[in-house]
Amino acid sequence: MSDLIILLTGGLVAASCSLLGSFLVLRRMAMVGDAISHAVLPGIAAAFLASGSRDPIVVLPGAALMGVLAVFCIQWLRQSGVQEDAATGVVFTALFAAGVLMVSLFARHIDLDLEHVLYGEIVFVPYDELHLFGKWLGPRALWFVGATFALNAAVVAIFYKQFKLCSFDPLLAASLGVPVTFFHYLLMALVSLTTVAAFDSVGAVLVVGMLVLPPATAYLLTDSLARMIGLGMAIGVADAAIGYGVSVALDASTAGCMVTVAGVALALAFLFSPKHGILMRPKIKRA
Amino acid sequence: MPLSDVWSDPNVRWVLLGCMLLGLSGGVIGSFTYIRRQSLTGDVLAHAALPGVCLAYMAIGAKSVWAFVVGAALAGWAAVLCVGLLVRRSRLKADTALAAALSVFFAFGVVLLTFIQRGEGGNVSGLDAFLFGQAATMTAGDVRAMATLSAVVLAAGVLFFKEFKLTGFDPEFARSIGFSAGRIDALLMSLVVVTVVAGIQAVGVVLMSAFLIAPAVAARCWTERFGRMVALAGVFGAVSGWAGGYAGTFSHQLPTGALAVLAASALFVLSLLFSPRCGLLARAVRRFVQRRMTRAEFRRAAVGVKKP
Repeated sequence: MSDLIILLTGGLVAASCSLLGSFLVLRRMAMVGDAISHAVLPGIAAAFLASGSRDPIVVLPGAALMGVLAVFCIQWLRQSGVQEDAATGVVFTALFAAGVLMVSLFARHIDLDLEHVLYGEIVFVPYDELHLFGKWLGPRALWFVGATFALNAAVVAIFYKQFKLCSFDPLLAASLGVPVTFFHYLLMALVSLTTVAAFDSVGAVLVVGMLVLPPATAYLLTDSLARMIGLGMAIGVADAAIGYGVSVALDASTAGCMVTVAGVALALAFLFSPKHGILMRPKIKRA
Repeated sequence: MPLSDVWSDPNVRWVLLGCMLLGLSGGVIGSFTYIRRQSLTGDVLAHAALPGVCLAYMAIGAKSVWAFVVGAALAGWAAVLCVGLLVRRSRLKADTALAAALSVFFAFGVVLLTFIQRGEGGNVSGLDAFLFGQAATMTAGDVRAMATLSAVVLAAGVLFFKEFKLTGFDPEFARSIGFSAGRIDALLMSLVVVTVVAGIQAVGVVLMSAFLIAPAVAARCWTERFGRMVALAGVFGAVSGWAGGYAGTFSHQLPTGALAVLAASALFVLSLLFSPRCGLLARAVRRFVQRRMTRAEFRRAAVGVKKP
């Protein structure tokens, strides 16, 4: 039972991440995903401190807001003439340092330790249960990861056309009257929300792996956005499942194993993708 | 601890010295990566150092700075090679390649870390410190190793200043007059790796990238000359290292690395606001003055029109 719950949680996290990550990869914003996943740490710490609980209902919005704020700061620094890579680097390291400081200062009060935030412990997910009106509803994390996934899927499904257009041709999108900036920040808000929802299970630092690796793998395998998203989600879920199996077999960090497996999958696609793999390309040319 | 007692306590002296050296070399090397727009490569290298350090620890079975340098250098190299391979031989873009290499290497490091933590009890806390740093536990020996590494990095930075500058600003021209851009790139990446390894104990893997970015960006606000920028970045780095180390002496709960990074970030914010050249305040003043002058000119022109 607990295996099933862990697999389900990991799978939902992976699916959420791949869904949004596809757009990040296409918009060349993979490192912004990295920045967001670091920047939410002070938000998580502040929310824990303010509410005194680990209840994700309190933690989620506060921390997600922090991620959007980070993106906003990066954008603003770029407009004031700071190079893009340096702007990203300065903002997220500063926020992350603030988070580390807060966590180590108030660690005693908020039942939160750095390792947990950074690497997550999906293994404990089944034991933190949600009770509502005296009824047993199953593990708490599962509910929140599931809700996040449902929200992501709904938003992307409703605005699929707009997201697609903004990713491939923002100028055309703007000229057709699509509010490009709004969709940019909507995507960033979803990414921060997902990062925060996932931090309990895979940890804030390794979320970036789940955001980037499965979509990148899918990107090497197909040329259609719809297929890339579907394939990315399937690959992400498979990575999570295999990673969990490996971690049980080796008795090692679950999140670490999941992302390492995702990396192996990317390496395989890089080498053997029928269309873009470096080992397959010469054959196609010869034919 | 009052300011006057800082240098009389040997332990504190070592910690402060170590943090300052670290900031100094981080600022100098960070300036070189900044002009190449490779600031985030430092971030990747810092994360990629983790599996290297873990493997070195597993191979030797003890903490040894020099083994860590070798391990981290090899891992950092592998990461840079992976990024290059992904960018050149596949359709993935640079940002995706960076994020992919960063997360996979770090994840692998985390896996190795769990192995090490399971292995034996005694040295676990020592390795934990690599992630966020624990400057307060640094000994004279550690600082001596850090000082050596920083000195090597600084010497190389001074020695190859011209080469780094040239390939950074105009790689085409550098190639045309016979500099091997690939080799100089490789040297710079190695220097970044060494800086990261030097900083692992004081600020930790995750925060080390900040030392490579923030002082350089802050220095960029104050000058248009590259030589001055490098020197200023070194000073900013050393000051923030000192500030972090000093603030860390007040309580053992305070993480020195995070404090130093926050100090560097604060310097950046101050530079962004108040530097005369690109500072936002200066820009606002300039805009205000310009508007006044334009208005005055208009008025004069209007007066001129009235009186034929």
